[in-house]
Amino acid sequence: MDKKEKRIRILKAIEHEARVDISELAIRLDMEQTDILNEMNEMEKEGIICGYLTLVDWDKTDEQTVTALIEVRCTPQRGQGFDVVAERIYKFAEVNSVYLISGGFDLLITIEGRTLKEISRFVTEKLSAQEAVLSCATHFILRRYKDHGTILAKKYEDERQLITP
Amino acid sequence: MTDIIAKKVTELKSSGIRKFFDIVSEMDDAISLGVGEPDFDTPWHIRDEGIYSLEKGRTFYTSNAGLKELRNEISKYVENSQGVKYDPVNEVLITVGGSEAIDLACRALLNPGDEVIVPEPSYVSYVPCTVMAGGTPVIINLKEENEFRLQPDELENAITDKTKILVLPYPNNPTGAIMEEEDLKRIVDLIIDNDIYVISDEIYSELSYKEKHTSIVSLPGMRERTIYINGFSKAYAMTGWRLGYACAPKVICEQMTKLHQFCIMCAPTTSQYAAIEALRHGQRDVVEMREAYNERRRFLMNEFKEMGLKCFEPYGAFYVFPSIKEFGMTSDEFCTRLLKEKQVAVVPGTAFGDCGEGFVRISYAYSIDNLKTALERIKEFIEELR
Repeated sequence: MDKKEKRIRILKAIEHEARVDISELAIRLDMEQTDILNEMNEMEKEGIICGYLTLVDWDKTDEQTVTALIEVRCTPQRGQGFDVVAERIYKFAEVNSVYLISGGFDLLITIEGRTLKEISRFVTEKLSAQEAVLSCATHFILRRYKDHGTILAKKYEDERQLITP
Repeated sequence: MTDIIAKKVTELKSSGIRKFFDIVSEMDDAISLGVGEPDFDTPWHIRDEGIYSLEKGRTFYTSNAGLKELRNEISKYVENSQGVKYDPVNEVLITVGGSEAIDLACRALLNPGDEVIVPEPSYVSYVPCTVMAGGTPVIINLKEENEFRLQPDELENAITDKTKILVLPYPNNPTGAIMEEEDLKRIVDLIIDNDIYVISDEIYSELSYKEKHTSIVSLPGMRERTIYINGFSKAYAMTGWRLGYACAPKVICEQMTKLHQFCIMCAPTTSQYAAIEALRHGQRDVVEMREAYNERRRFLMNEFKEMGLKCFEPYGAFYVFPSIKEFGMTSDEFCTRLLKEKQVAVVPGTAFGDCGEGFVRISYAYSIDNLKTALERIKEFIEELR
């Protein structure tokens, strides 16, 4: 197994199982524990591994959260394209993600707030106020069925017979 | 009054697994490692094609041998994976699971008194199919020290002038054993010299964790005397769709198709449409599932090592077959007690042949979390016994 393959294996395994025990992972992937730890450290330094997150379904808690998906059209800046305006947007703490996209809009933003009001204030006062922003379309997320490859709407149930040949 | 049921049928031993199933089904909180089918759902794009075929009103019989498109795909698949060509028109038959193909093969080839060599431990249907087709089963008791691979001398000793068929069940349920190319080469001459036909049940062929699975049909002189059986259940997690197939030389395939036509008509149409999608676009799913099984296999082997439970390393299917001989009880007793005392269901090795005595079959078609809980309990159990 070369370095490249090792890394891919590690990444695929921890992408959906960030909390996996490394000694267990070593057995499952047929690798040395120290190898995994070294590669993970290196990949953290190289920015390949950017963090270890927890997938939370806030709807199942008492916490009030509202998520919106905002499409933004903006004017690119000479020599820098959309980088400057993207940076001005992603620096806001409430902004969750910012993507450059193809199609009718230029940027796609997701934002989290506690209330609708909070988000609408952000859109009108902060986002639309940016000089480069021409227009935006805000979509509120009503329900999350699946996120990060994980189905939130339904739990897996084993419906097989208990014993089969 | 004469007996209601035919003697041949009443004399047929019912599957040992059935008895165990009855005990397990009475226990509500049992964790099972006793299932012989994938835990994955059929990949959605495959299910979607099945659904679409229903929406389009494709609810009629197909031709007896199955959809031509599907037979084409199967022919391509076997050629790509084993380098052997089968004519999709005359040499491929779509069946209701691999099981039907086994039954048809026996009935197409056997005359009364013909002998069928069945290496055991192995799947539960080879012996009954042989008997119902009028043949006589000749059992080879495979050995753990050979990793349950069929040895030339074992085969040689089982051959008589009545031998007609050898069943080759690899990768194997319940042992997880495989036959590698070298192992197959060592038995080919015996097969050819004695003019034996082979029923090669390769339903687990995609679940091989060493090198790529080699089929005996790919060896010189074997294509014309082999019935190659495969299907969709294990590779694509499609057990409930009931779809398998057989590839065989025209003279054999024709006769199997004749039998199939009378008892089945054709395999389920919906499943056939889904299977086309599986063969065309399902390779990624196969690889992903295989990798997941392989991780669990390594995990399980390591846990056994730590518990000190003796087990040869299996490289196929999704079973491990540890020895429980050190505890001085029968497989049946061991499994029953494990179930009653620790609520974990595994299958006694004896359900797959008498020589399965002293072993249990543990399936790893379960999530790692599930395996962990079950293994914890097995560990407690054997520590109490020691």
